[in-house]
Amino acid sequence: MRGRAFSIILRTVTWLAAILTFGALFFLIAHILINGIPYIRPSLFALEYNTDNVSLFPALVTTVFMVACSLAIAVPLGLFTAIYLVEYARRGNIIVKLVRVTAETLSGIPSIVYGLFGLLFFVTALNWGFSLLSGTFTLAIMILPLIMRTAEESLKAVPDAYLEGAFGLGAGRLCTVFKIVLPAAAPGILAGVILASGRIVGETAALIYTAGTVAQIPENPLASGRTLAVHMYALSGEGLYTGQAYATAVVLLVLVVGINALSATVAKKFARR
Amino acid sequence: MRKQRLKENGMKAVFMASALASILAVLLICLFLFANGIPAMSKIGIFKFLLGSEWSPTDTPPVFGILPMIIGSIYVTAGAILIGVPIGIFAAVFMAKVCPEPLYKILKPAVDLLAGIPSVVYGFFGLVTIVPLVRAFFGGNGSSILTASILLGLMILPTIIGITESAIRAVPGELYDGAVALGASHERAVFSVLLPAAKSGVLAAIVLGIGRAIGETMAVIMVAGNQARMPEGIFKGVRTLTANIVLEMGYATDLHREALIATGVVLFVFILLINLLFSALRKDGAR
Repeated sequence: MRGRAFSIILRTVTWLAAILTFGALFFLIAHILINGIPYIRPSLFALEYNTDNVSLFPALVTTVFMVACSLAIAVPLGLFTAIYLVEYARRGNIIVKLVRVTAETLSGIPSIVYGLFGLLFFVTALNWGFSLLSGTFTLAIMILPLIMRTAEESLKAVPDAYLEGAFGLGAGRLCTVFKIVLPAAAPGILAGVILASGRIVGETAALIYTAGTVAQIPENPLASGRTLAVHMYALSGEGLYTGQAYATAVVLLVLVVGINALSATVAKKFARR
Repeated sequence: MRKQRLKENGMKAVFMASALASILAVLLICLFLFANGIPAMSKIGIFKFLLGSEWSPTDTPPVFGILPMIIGSIYVTAGAILIGVPIGIFAAVFMAKVCPEPLYKILKPAVDLLAGIPSVVYGFFGLVTIVPLVRAFFGGNGSSILTASILLGLMILPTIIGITESAIRAVPGELYDGAVALGASHERAVFSVLLPAAKSGVLAAIVLGIGRAIGETMAVIMVAGNQARMPEGIFKGVRTLTANIVLEMGYATDLHREALIATGVVLFVFILLINLLFSALRKDGAR
């Protein structure tokens, strides 16, 4: 009889925990959508930001630029590192160990510490000022471990028989990596890259003191600009534009849902093969 | 043939250089943080800095004690763990062992979405929903340790659920079958056999959750009140280490600025310790 009560209580608690978790998520999304959608107007997408239209369009442009440039730096670095780790380095190689430790360290560092580092190094030491360039490099370092890890896992998942086949046909290592291994691992790598762009879209703390908070479309890479997340933080801090902050949250949610769905679809393709 | 060889070796060098770049990044981060933060600590006095309970950077002479923020971070993180871990573990059990397959196909992406929502959106959500609730039920202005703990507890859920779920799934099925064959009910088998077997994974999830909570910045700033004084109770406002940096970095100069960077160093050391603990636990789990 006691065992029976034990089972019933635990079953109830388990269901409650699940309902609470997903209920909170559902409530969050519903709350943002209900309060935000009425504020999505054409004026929100005006080319120029001013205090009348509180346009989020410049922030959207900055976000897209930031994602593209950070990926352009971090993807080759992360991918090449993964190739080195999986295809070239010998087991127990000191570089491999060091890279593992650094990747683990990098992935645990809070974004505000990245922001501080960006401020000290890119903004001050290299004298790039509050600029897209400083923000881009800071974010590139931040997403590097994520790209490295997903690329490494996808490369490792490529069956050894592929490599043996290529080598058997007389292909060199480089040719094998680029023509055989990379195409086979591409969807997994891509899923990681898409996830990384999600992190960039959502980032705030690392950007406030590196890319700055100017609300216009930046004219050159050395100009300051704010991404959507920073834009939203600025709006909610001012307290005057709650409606527009909701609308920005809607746009951010749509982006994140899209990015997650895309990543999952790509990864599924990989798993099926 | 020689050209081929050259290309092979050239690209190998490129790959290796990339690997070295990430090592360089970590070295640079350590170098710049410590070189800018440590001198400030010694100028202020390391004990006065770490254990001083007053933070008045604009007084003359200025006082830089970050104990209130250290304690603030610890309180808020502890609160997040108290709220997030039990819910997360039970939800992970639900995902791994209870949830019917069609429902799982919806819930798994939902957990990913929970992890993907930007922290400003969480912060804003906390500001417009949790803060008024806390104000209505417990008085005060609503921005408090409790508010921040609830919000952070929600934010660490995907971390806890994800790692715990895979730890439970990694436990060999025979353990469950054996328990059921001995007459244990489904719940008894899951909670008395599977969960203990997945212990090190669950612990790793908690440690990673602590890391997330202590490093979270924007969401906490928006709901915690940010008063730089010793915390006076869970319904009162609090400032964390991360908030201290963001709130004052914009206008700080000279020693004040260096003291903020030193705050970052303290945070960084906390995180390094947590990382060490995490990798030790993971190794333990792998064995």
